[in-house]
Amino acid sequence: MDAQNKNQANKYSIIVPTYNERLNIGLIVYLIFKHLKDVDFEVIVVDDGSPDGTQDTVIQLQKVYGEDRILLRPRPKKLGLGTAYIHGMKHASGNFVVIMDADLSHHPKYLPKFISKQMETRADIVTGTRYVKGGGVHGWNLMRKLTSRGANVLAQTFLWPGVSDLTGSFRLYRKSVLEDIISCCVSKGYVFQMEMIVRASRKGYHIEEVPITFVDRVFGSSKLGGSEIVEYLKGLAYLLVTT
Amino acid sequence: MKHIVKIFSLVVAITALWIGLLQSSVIPRSHTCLLPGYFVVSLGCYGLLMVGVGLMNFPTCPQEALLLQEDIVEAKEYLKQRGVDGSSS
Repeated sequence: MDAQNKNQANKYSIIVPTYNERLNIGLIVYLIFKHLKDVDFEVIVVDDGSPDGTQDTVIQLQKVYGEDRILLRPRPKKLGLGTAYIHGMKHASGNFVVIMDADLSHHPKYLPKFISKQMETRADIVTGTRYVKGGGVHGWNLMRKLTSRGANVLAQTFLWPGVSDLTGSFRLYRKSVLEDIISCCVSKGYVFQMEMIVRASRKGYHIEEVPITFVDRVFGSSKLGGSEIVEYLKGLAYLLVTT
Repeated sequence: MKHIVKIFSLVVAITALWIGLLQSSVIPRSHTCLLPGYFVVSLGCYGLLMVGVGLMNFPTCPQEALLLQEDIVEAKEYLKQRGVDGSSS
């Protein structure tokens, strides 16, 4: 119990996949350090060869915060989110792994809540949910909200996933659990996030949720067109049959 | 067991119940034949209702955008002082 009460026993490896996040990576690192003052953690930036100089900014951040706290582990080009997590995990020295987006839609101020939730409940996975009271989304128009809600109702009806937000990618995993699930996931994009949490649920891992707020800053360009809807339905069918 | 097997078993159980009703004539045949239709339609209506209710109660957080802006200003100040150049060139 003593070890559980102090954070020293646990180390958190925060994996942040980036592509052209030169403006945001500094901001997110600053906020992580601001909100995790007494926590043993490291930030692992997996950059897929950003042409905008993201990696240069990360090197500057290493000078400010230390190379032992900020790890830059780049890849030559865009190789997908799943492999980015796997790549990050190879360099992770923590026993817990946090995955989050670099574009500030996931706010680091929720990290302490994830950590304390996990410690309280001894959960294997703590996932952020935007769809419950206390959580929320900003920056979505009515159409976007409608598709999100429709997608969620479909998923809840057919998959019984056990979580309220399937496509969210702000999560804390016990490292061994992440390693286990990621090896059997084959989907791409946001269906990948769905597959991860559904497989974890099927395998009986203890999953807890924390309400988070999500500020979508990519106004207007995160379009949800016909092809995304088709991709989603295909993903749902795939998960229905294979999990 | 795979999830689809669970759903399939549920469908089989409901179908067996329906066939039982058909054969035992507890309810007049004409009504029983329409039951699957009623079931599908009510499932659809329930789904639409859940979407509508969810849409009305969709949690939003406009104040978070403002808080984020404040955080960004704070972060930029700190980083600028320490020589981290994140501004667009």
